[in-house]
Amino acid sequence: MATVIQIIFGLIAALIVGAAVMVVTVRNVIHAALWLIACFFGVGALYLLLEAEFLAVVQVLVYVGAISILILFAIMLTRQVTGEGVRQLVGGWRLWLTAAISALLFAVAIVPTVISHSWNVPAPPAPPGTPEPLAGVAELGRAFVYEFLLQFQVAGVLLTVALIGAIVIAFEERARRRRVLTLAEEHELRKRLAHPPPVEAPAGEPAPAPRATPISEGEVQQ
Amino acid sequence: MTAAVPLEAVLVVAGALFCIGLFGALSRRNLVGVLMGIELMLNAVNINLVAFWRYLEPRFISGQTFAIFIICVAAAEAAVGLAMVIAIYRNWLTVNADAVDSLRG
Repeated sequence: MATVIQIIFGLIAALIVGAAVMVVTVRNVIHAALWLIACFFGVGALYLLLEAEFLAVVQVLVYVGAISILILFAIMLTRQVTGEGVRQLVGGWRLWLTAAISALLFAVAIVPTVISHSWNVPAPPAPPGTPEPLAGVAELGRAFVYEFLLQFQVAGVLLTVALIGAIVIAFEERARRRRVLTLAEEHELRKRLAHPPPVEAPAGEPAPAPRATPISEGEVQQ
Repeated sequence: MTAAVPLEAVLVVAGALFCIGLFGALSRRNLVGVLMGIELMLNAVNINLVAFWRYLEPRFISGQTFAIFIICVAAAEAAVGLAMVIAIYRNWLTVNADAVDSLRG
């Protein structure tokens, strides 16, 4: 039983760390977001292994379901500048300095501290096999309405304020709104830019010049 | 779980995740990539809290409650941060963190 748990833990740890490395190193931002989803799933599985079922469900709901979709939407709305072919990492000495800081923090500060500190883990219950007293969802719900009631309310207020703030920050007045190109229109535009129309257009009407800049609604109305 | 895997192993995994997230947040030029790194760091902190709860205080619920509040704050941070990314993109037509430097002296 212990060996099975160790193997499962090793697989989950490899998934978490590998997916996280891919998130920070892969060139395409959309691929990075997909690896981020894999990493969140791994963390949820680790919660399940640590017997925090409610947190595992919350992790899947909030991180996998909401935050990653939010990130994918942000990439989509800014995709004209986040596509392939753009350099994604800082270059030169800054990259090496950042990598050195992270690696040194891990190898010099975190691991020796964690290994050398004595954590006073309480001994398991005397006859092996007896269930350990473990707080579950019932205790969690009771804690939210008794001892953590004020914090619970403050969290609700925080979420409301964040919702309003996000709307206010991202709001755009109708007069200034830019027309967002659909994927088909953008594909057409790229094709026209890559292969300019032949010069011998039919006389009379000149071929319409491709628009590289987004079209504002004011222009459309004129 | 507590008998099979020592607490230190879980903490080392969380530490590795935190350092990778720190590297991502500092080295990405894309603002969305920076936010992804920050999410990784917050996840590492949550793993730490849940591991401490499970190994040290399994009969009290405070560790899980703390983790849930951190998830709450992370959700708010992601919403506001990505709204700011979209607002920056609209005004500057870039999401490169190096290009947005109008506060530089």
